[in-house]
Amino acid sequence: MLVRSAALVPVEPAAPDEVLTLRGAGFGYGDGPVLSDVDLSIRRGEIVAIVGPNGSGKSTLMKGVLGLNERVAGSVTLFGIDSGEFNDRARLGYVPQRHTLSASVRATAEEIVATGRLPRIGWLGRLRATDRQLVARSLDVVGLADRAATEVSTLSGGQQRRVLIARALAGQPDVLIMDEPTAGVDAASQHVLADVLDRLVERDVTMVIVTHELGALERLLTRIVVVDAGRIRFDGTPQEYARARARVHHDHDSHHHDLELDGHHPSLAHGPFDVAHPDRSRP
Amino acid sequence: MMDLLSVDFMQRALVAALLVGTVAPMVGIFLVQRRLSLIGDGMGHVALAGVAIGLVTGAAPVLTALVAAVIAAVVIELLRTKGRTNGDVALAVIFYGGIAGGVVIISKSPSGTPANLMKYLFGSILTTQRTDLYVFAGLALLVAVTTWALRPRLFAVANDEEYARAVGLPVLPLNIVLAVLTATTVVVAMRVVGLLLISALMIVPNAASQLVARSFSGALRWAIAFGLVSSVGGVALSYPLNTPSGGTIVLLAVALFIVTAVVTGVLARIGRRRHEVAETHAHEHGVECGHPAVNHGDHVDYVHDGHLHAAHEGHYDEHGVHPDHPTSAEQADPVQPAGTATGPTKGSRP
Repeated sequence: MLVRSAALVPVEPAAPDEVLTLRGAGFGYGDGPVLSDVDLSIRRGEIVAIVGPNGSGKSTLMKGVLGLNERVAGSVTLFGIDSGEFNDRARLGYVPQRHTLSASVRATAEEIVATGRLPRIGWLGRLRATDRQLVARSLDVVGLADRAATEVSTLSGGQQRRVLIARALAGQPDVLIMDEPTAGVDAASQHVLADVLDRLVERDVTMVIVTHELGALERLLTRIVVVDAGRIRFDGTPQEYARARARVHHDHDSHHHDLELDGHHPSLAHGPFDVAHPDRSRP
Repeated sequence: MMDLLSVDFMQRALVAALLVGTVAPMVGIFLVQRRLSLIGDGMGHVALAGVAIGLVTGAAPVLTALVAAVIAAVVIELLRTKGRTNGDVALAVIFYGGIAGGVVIISKSPSGTPANLMKYLFGSILTTQRTDLYVFAGLALLVAVTTWALRPRLFAVANDEEYARAVGLPVLPLNIVLAVLTATTVVVAMRVVGLLLISALMIVPNAASQLVARSFSGALRWAIAFGLVSSVGGVALSYPLNTPSGGTIVLLAVALFIVTAVVTGVLARIGRRRHEVAETHAHEHGVECGHPAVNHGDHVDYVHDGHLHAAHEGHYDEHGVHPDHPTSAEQADPVQPAGTATGPTKGSRP
């Protein structure tokens, strides 16, 4: 039933450099799984993109790892510990997809980034000088050191995205999990954002990037995982992915994906993995 | 003013106003942040049922009101998290059930007169007893210390609940703590501003502070300042004017909000006219952008073709010519190649 690529990374017992391992995992929101039979293992130092069209289940997969939805089957292991017993959630640096930061009250970039330190300082701990330093350094890494005291609602969309990356970095995570970091960001900011991610790669930050288009990110990646229709359809290196994609383009297959996926995004993951679909012959 | 302070009940009223004016906006800012501005109103309704029970059973109304409001606060928070369907309606049921219950129960009390009800609904400083004041002071201190200590965490959860959950902050306990703080504030303030007006003192000073502040910590300080001016000023004015304290406090808070809105609006208009916007460029200035950064008063300017550019909202402001950096050509600017530098050098470099 499950269409797997030959390049699927074999699932091995927990290794010391293991970041997260999913075995036969299924996730959903109560009314049945959105995503099922997920076998995935990510190690330290990898830069993995999880790609797929909207509604494919890639966000469900990410939220499942973060413990934000229900796991209905299988197991999730984080840093070698079963996710049910895993308490040190600050090791997962979550960068949510936000087009704008909450604008209900005013807050500076520094104040937002400082919230990233909270899981590290216990229930009543106060932010000390070292915490403030980490906040300043995080802002520096994303190129916003000069905007620390700026009110976030006056920042551009791309800058707000970088504030959220800095917030995750401030928690000194072992892996950054980013949801659509480049979506809806203008060209100039996308360029700066790519530079920021470059800088993180130089610092050996393990990254899991959920995205519906690879675009400028592709050159950073060590691995690409394609999710579609609630399953993992491909898992391999960018080179293997490029080969698989080249195969598709010979096929002149008509796709039945979201409109936004058609035509304009040559880097999009779709095609060869759709051959198993029964409704292909429909008009 | 000395005359005012010499009246015994006025002293008590002013102390109560001081407490309420500090605590209500402190808790209120998190309600504004979570877009729950009207929840204090609902808790006031439930507290009324508590007051009624106290009057009927002969227990202290402050205590029964506190118990009722805290129970309602916890139930509301649990409903908000667990109840997937229409938490809004569930809130309405609790709130209106509270006020209706209050009215019915109070009619059965020995002293169940409309006047008795009025003093809780609209506040009555005249009847504040010394023992009441000690209870209020204790509760207010508890609320203030708890809110201050948990301030960064309450901010984090209200700012981005999903993120807070993902990184393992105790989201539900913090939300329950905030709900209990709100309930306690409602009870502390009910004798000063009244249960029907309590929400105003939590929200209106924050509405005004959002107009002037540029950061969360600044907004919190401004809100406390506005709250103190309204509550102490309102109590002080209500005596010579012979008006109810609660209404006077809230009217003063609303007046402060309107004045602040007008003043900040006019200042913003003047500011817009005065500042000069630099030419637009897709390039974004930053630490590694290649343009030299210079400190200019309270901010950083970037030298772009000899001109100082300062980030302002979505654009860059023109902050004049920089004498030491007349053109980008001399800077070997990686972003603007030397050939593109246009116009004569205005800098007076030796």
